Amino acid sequence: MAAFHAEEARVGVFICDCGSNIAGFLDVPQLMEYVQTLPHVAFAQENMYTCSDSGRAQIIKGIQEHGLNRVVVASCTPRTHEPLFRSTCQEAGLNPYLFEFVNIRDQCSWVHMEERQRGTEKAKDLLRMGVARAVLLEPQESTAVDVTRAALVIGGGIAGMTAALNLANRGFEVKLVERQPELGGLLRRVHTLYPSGALARPFIQEKIETVERHPNIQVLTGATVRSVRGFVGNYEAVVRQGEREYGFAVGVIVVAIGARELQPDGLYGYDGQRVITQGELEERLASGLDLGASGIRSVAMIQCAGARCPERPYCSRICCMTAIKNAMLLQEMDPAVRVYILYRDMLTLGAEYEALYHEARARGVLFIQYQPDSPPQVSAGQVSIHDARLGETLSIPTDLIVLSVPLVGREGAAELAQMLKVPVDEHGFFLEAHVKLRPLDFATDGIYLCGSAHWPSDIGESVSQAYGAASRASILLSRGQVEVEPIISMVDEEACIGCGLCETVCPYSAITLADTGAGRKARTVAASCKGCGVCGAGCPERAITMRHYQDQQILAQIDALMEAVA
Amino acid sequence: MTQAEPFQPRILGFLCNWCSYAGADLAGVSRFQYPPSLRVIRVMCSGRVDPAFVLHAFSRGVDGVMVLGCHPGDCHYATGNYYAQNRVGVLRQLLGLAGLDPERLFLDWVSAGEGERFARFVRQFTERVQALGPLELTETLRENLAAARRAVESEQIRWLVGRKRELSEGANVYDEAIDMQAFDALLASSVENEYLRNRLLILAAGRPLSVKEMAAGMGLAPRAVLAHVVALEQAGQLGLATIEGNSPKYQRM
Repeated sequence: MAAFHAEEARVGVFICDCGSNIAGFLDVPQLMEYVQTLPHVAFAQENMYTCSDSGRAQIIKGIQEHGLNRVVVASCTPRTHEPLFRSTCQEAGLNPYLFEFVNIRDQCSWVHMEERQRGTEKAKDLLRMGVARAVLLEPQESTAVDVTRAALVIGGGIAGMTAALNLANRGFEVKLVERQPELGGLLRRVHTLYPSGALARPFIQEKIETVERHPNIQVLTGATVRSVRGFVGNYEAVVRQGEREYGFAVGVIVVAIGARELQPDGLYGYDGQRVITQGELEERLASGLDLGASGIRSVAMIQCAGARCPERPYCSRICCMTAIKNAMLLQEMDPAVRVYILYRDMLTLGAEYEALYHEARARGVLFIQYQPDSPPQVSAGQVSIHDARLGETLSIPTDLIVLSVPLVGREGAAELAQMLKVPVDEHGFFLEAHVKLRPLDFATDGIYLCGSAHWPSDIGESVSQAYGAASRASILLSRGQVEVEPIISMVDEEACIGCGLCETVCPYSAITLADTGAGRKARTVAASCKGCGVCGAGCPERAITMRHYQDQQILAQIDALMEAVA
Repeated sequence: MTQAEPFQPRILGFLCNWCSYAGADLAGVSRFQYPPSLRVIRVMCSGRVDPAFVLHAFSRGVDGVMVLGCHPGDCHYATGNYYAQNRVGVLRQLLGLAGLDPERLFLDWVSAGEGERFARFVRQFTERVQALGPLELTETLRENLAAARRAVESEQIRWLVGRKRELSEGANVYDEAIDMQAFDALLASSVENEYLRNRLLILAAGRPLSVKEMAAGMGLAPRAVLAHVVALEQAGQLGLATIEGNSPKYQRM
């Protein structure tokens, strides 16, 4: 590709309305008028949705008809849409690294919704900075590296096992690591499944056997992941099982560590005897609870126990269905037993589940709503609840109280997240790359997510997510190669004095000193360099250039910011 | 009298791609509102932020600079944020020497899940800069910042800052743990020397100056200046230009 020179830059700027997400809060016509006054801008266009097929066709047309050799899109965030617009440029024959993203939605229109003119002025600054950087961009060629055709699945519950089977059935080698001594996860303690009422044990047992028998799956139970190094297509994981440590080379990683039931100490007199959790009820049911012999004539289930409160503001999603399922089961076992479900809001999403709720009502399960500011009061042998509809406080005699507690993140989630360099939220649930566009991917390439590690999910959801995560992972594994971003360091050997500071600071050993005819000089190991730029920002001789994040490109952005003021 | 419109600062932010930029995106997705004062430059890692960038921004009149990275231990590149922290430490000292309130430089950590924390930082820092008022870019401040920039670009300072993390974790060649307090004191005195010498060179670039004149120009005692003049003369960076009466006058070589 012919070298580009800044003075020949012809920049096309595409400003996205994002429907009303941007155009509703910023003055886009003003931005359009403004951007055309900037140096090197040869073409500008407003799009309803720049990421749509027609928006991208406009970019291609602009490049071809106006001879654009730099493209700036002002819309959402590069973290989700940069790959799309880069490939659009590529379709039109423009090197994808001659593309620059300006974020005027997530970091402008959405956060300055009441300040239209100041938000618009900020967007002008950002556009000016983006164009200044675009002018100085240089084409880059990405390199391909081989992918190790094996997967590491962390977590042996229903999600992890499904993902492992799916990958193994496609012919890939899978290492399945489970912390507990046996596979099965949360389902091991579940008695029956909703909405079918089928027993959980045979279902999970069959899955476990299929996994354990599969020739492509190596199961490691009682094992934990100790460290993970490397990058997409080439991860090295160390797994400890008992006293032994194994090193595995894998191309992809699936995180399926699930979640655990909250231990409700101090809530509603929880004692694990007369006041138990739904999980403990499941265990008692599975081991043949005898209602008559236990003297249980009346059961109260308290929903949202420890959930949707300031410490855990989220809805755990599976507890309403679990309560309905278990209430019906108790009444089936002994129709004389009364079951009360004390709830804030019943959430039974989907036709089948809503039908189950109505069936439970028809069969005589009693639903009584409480308000969060007056929760049920538990005392010996009874629960009192203020029913806002009746305007009365009811006293319900109970022999057993079951708390529907939320799922919370697994212990060790934060450590694993740190090892993998992926985010978890404050409750210990992992965060996907994008809630709608990449719900099963992490922002870190080659690492995927499924099941309740992400968010409390039921079996159907966990299985669907596991299929999805396995599919996403197998794209990489099937291709066998992955393009590595060419954002790496480059050493100017003439300027380099061979001091070795870069070698010291590099976390990847991606820059090393080599003997040359002109003395010792630093050299980048392209396949290992991740492009962080720590070496470049510290080189005493300024002999290191960071590709695509060059000093002059960053300084030009700073200068452009202050141009309007000067 | 009506309340004057509060000053609208212009703040430059360096956000790392993996944590703080993602946190800023999350603030947007969550519609957390914050003042429209911040202009963001996305870098791959907070460790990419050359201290010279920050000084360049101030010398262009930016009212405040934010550097936001991943939480310690969470850096996508393992350790980049520690280098950012050490560099910002040196920058704070230099800003103080240059007569620019170090409070105009903000460093903290924001994870991809902390949209609210990001929005809060922008709000708080904007208020802080508003309280400090617009940056007044006098000719003296420009020259001070130029000296500071030369200091952070000097081999010695880059070496000391670059090695600090490694030294703080390891031992010296005699296998003794390194006294980091002593190291920090050495770093601070080196930074000050480097700054003052570069400031002298800038002062003496145009015309020959006596030690007394230099001291007056820098607000220092002549004795303190003399030591640096001698060092610079030995390094061949400052030379004797003329002698007026009893006063030798020096000029940048």
